[in-house]
Amino acid sequence: MNSASIKIFVPCDAAALSVGANETALAIATEAKRRNIPIQITRNGSRGLLWLEPLVEVQTTRGRMAYGPVQAADVADLFESGFLQGNTHILAQGLTAEIPYFKNQERLTYARVGLTDPLSLVDYKQHGGYKGLANALELSSAEIIKTITASGLRGRGGAAFPAGIKWNTVLGAPGEQKYIVCNADEGDSGTFSDRMLMEGDPFVLIEGMTIAGIATGASQGYIYLRWEYPEAKLALDAAIALAYSNGYLGQSIAGSKFHFDLEVRLGAGAYICGEETSLLESLEGKRGQVRFKPPLPAITGLFGKPTVINNAITLASVPIILDRGADYYQHFGMGRSRGTLPLQLTGNIKRGGLIEKAFGLTLREVLYDFGGGSLSGKPIRAVQVGGPLGAYLPESQFDTPLDYEAFAQIKGMLGHGGIVVFDDSVDMAAQARYAMEFCAIESCGKCTPCRIGSTRGVEVIDRLVTGENAVQQEVLLRDLCETLTQGSLCALGGLTPYPVLSALNHFHEDFTKVALGAALTR
Amino acid sequence: MSTASTRRVIPIKLEKSAALDTHARGAVLSACQALKSLPGALLPILHAVQAALGFIPKGAVSVIADQLNLSIAEVHGVVTFYHYYRQSPPGKHVVHLCRAEACQAVGAVALEAHAKRTLGVDFHGTTEDGAISLEPVYCLGNCALGPSIMIDNRLVGRVTPQKFDTLMLSSRTP
Repeated sequence: MNSASIKIFVPCDAAALSVGANETALAIATEAKRRNIPIQITRNGSRGLLWLEPLVEVQTTRGRMAYGPVQAADVADLFESGFLQGNTHILAQGLTAEIPYFKNQERLTYARVGLTDPLSLVDYKQHGGYKGLANALELSSAEIIKTITASGLRGRGGAAFPAGIKWNTVLGAPGEQKYIVCNADEGDSGTFSDRMLMEGDPFVLIEGMTIAGIATGASQGYIYLRWEYPEAKLALDAAIALAYSNGYLGQSIAGSKFHFDLEVRLGAGAYICGEETSLLESLEGKRGQVRFKPPLPAITGLFGKPTVINNAITLASVPIILDRGADYYQHFGMGRSRGTLPLQLTGNIKRGGLIEKAFGLTLREVLYDFGGGSLSGKPIRAVQVGGPLGAYLPESQFDTPLDYEAFAQIKGMLGHGGIVVFDDSVDMAAQARYAMEFCAIESCGKCTPCRIGSTRGVEVIDRLVTGENAVQQEVLLRDLCETLTQGSLCALGGLTPYPVLSALNHFHEDFTKVALGAALTR
Repeated sequence: MSTASTRRVIPIKLEKSAALDTHARGAVLSACQALKSLPGALLPILHAVQAALGFIPKGAVSVIADQLNLSIAEVHGVVTFYHYYRQSPPGKHVVHLCRAEACQAVGAVALEAHAKRTLGVDFHGTTEDGAISLEPVYCLGNCALGPSIMIDNRLVGRVTPQKFDTLMLSSRTP
């Protein structure tokens, strides 16, 4: 391509592809050829402004101009109105960097996502990539871990355990062979941040895992990726191959004495494998059944060896901490929740997408300032935060700040940052029933309350909503939830009561309306 | 004490339907040969077998068990634990329909009913013409653009019942 050609960006992110980005890219290439205009199309990651996908950007002297959502059928008209010069059009969104949804974010972990070509190592390094690794190579293991601990980084998978403490345990555990495992089994409904990162900037995850390996003395890494993410698999495999051929994986990483190998392994559709001990069982080639803890994976992990197991976003946040320093990172956030969290605004919402922001924003700001209210235009009635095991929150709790401790106080959890919005057509008794049904489908079967209690829970809710001995059924349901909470090894059985009880407590009328209707017509 | 003459060995009889044809046996053996040296090789092998044959035939279980020095029960246990592994041949295309909350919030329940009605199958079923197998899935990671489905490896968002019909029609067109 000659330098005079106009640069155009069309995302290759799976969400963009799901609404026609490939067709749009093809239409742009075809139309440019027909008009004999030299252009260069880069397939970038997504900017995370998902309601505008496919979001096409054109490089102009003023910056990157955004147009969206651009379907293949819109392309000829865009050329006609001069979008290659950044001219206005009904789909024009102005400069991407100035779109308030994007401008009002704090992009640290996602600094490059959507900006660069995900599979260009040159692009990666030009935008600050591998600076964290270079700094890490100047430090001792203990100093790297001290930096991570001082940054306040906590596990972004949901449990929010301090990453530095976990790494330090692995460093101190005796053993020749240690492992770094990336949990990319992002099964929570309402979440896609791991996917968007792996497709939009795979090198940052590779760099983060490499630093983790150097810090703890681990020479082998695995990325456990769910099968539902085929585009992420392609991106990771290609990026890993490039990292090997450029000396960033394998023997003597970046010319140092360190050695680190990395491989992607696919899951097979089991939600429970997002639980760390089940994931390790699965990586070992077994049924994904939860292990007892202790021993902790940090001491007896994969194949019985000391293992760091962290979520993809946790590991991908490591490079910027090593690059900019612990103080820079921990300056963001509130209370004990330091740094940024990529929120994923989903479900019935006008402007859905990814919002990376320091902890402390309120849910209301996310729903209305960023999200613009519901997609249907009806009032927002309930919001589920933290995936299928997160609580359903009513409007009265929308002012809760997005902070691990603040959510724990209202018997909810931030989890992996997924926010699912429901309008007033939602039947909360049906949502509670679904939570129990999901637990029954995905239970690994190890603990009786989860394996059997979930099925009994569906039955009790079915009886409760018909009004048959309603008072007793509710007592039974609450008692069952208590048993699940106290008698399960992991979060699946232990937290399924969150969505069930929050629905029952905050939206009680939905559980009694059938019975009430029957009583009125009797 | 039992002596050699009184010790009875009960032979394992394979079900007749479980015998693999030459092609399938070749695919299973080559997956095992290529991958069995990996630590924790069973899942990668099962993925390779399903990619080659579309499902994990019953007869593959004993072959894989033999190759990995595992019991048949261990391999069977893994095949049946994971929702993604199929034990029966799929239709020409596999459609995974998301049932999870974010898609529910924008009409997935109605889409599920529509899909089952128009295809004439329940989940895990295959249409009479063998064109489409319908499977549930719990999140495809496209939660801001639901309802979502995945046709083979292709993710599609904002699927209305009408769009679903169009997609099924084009899947059936050769």
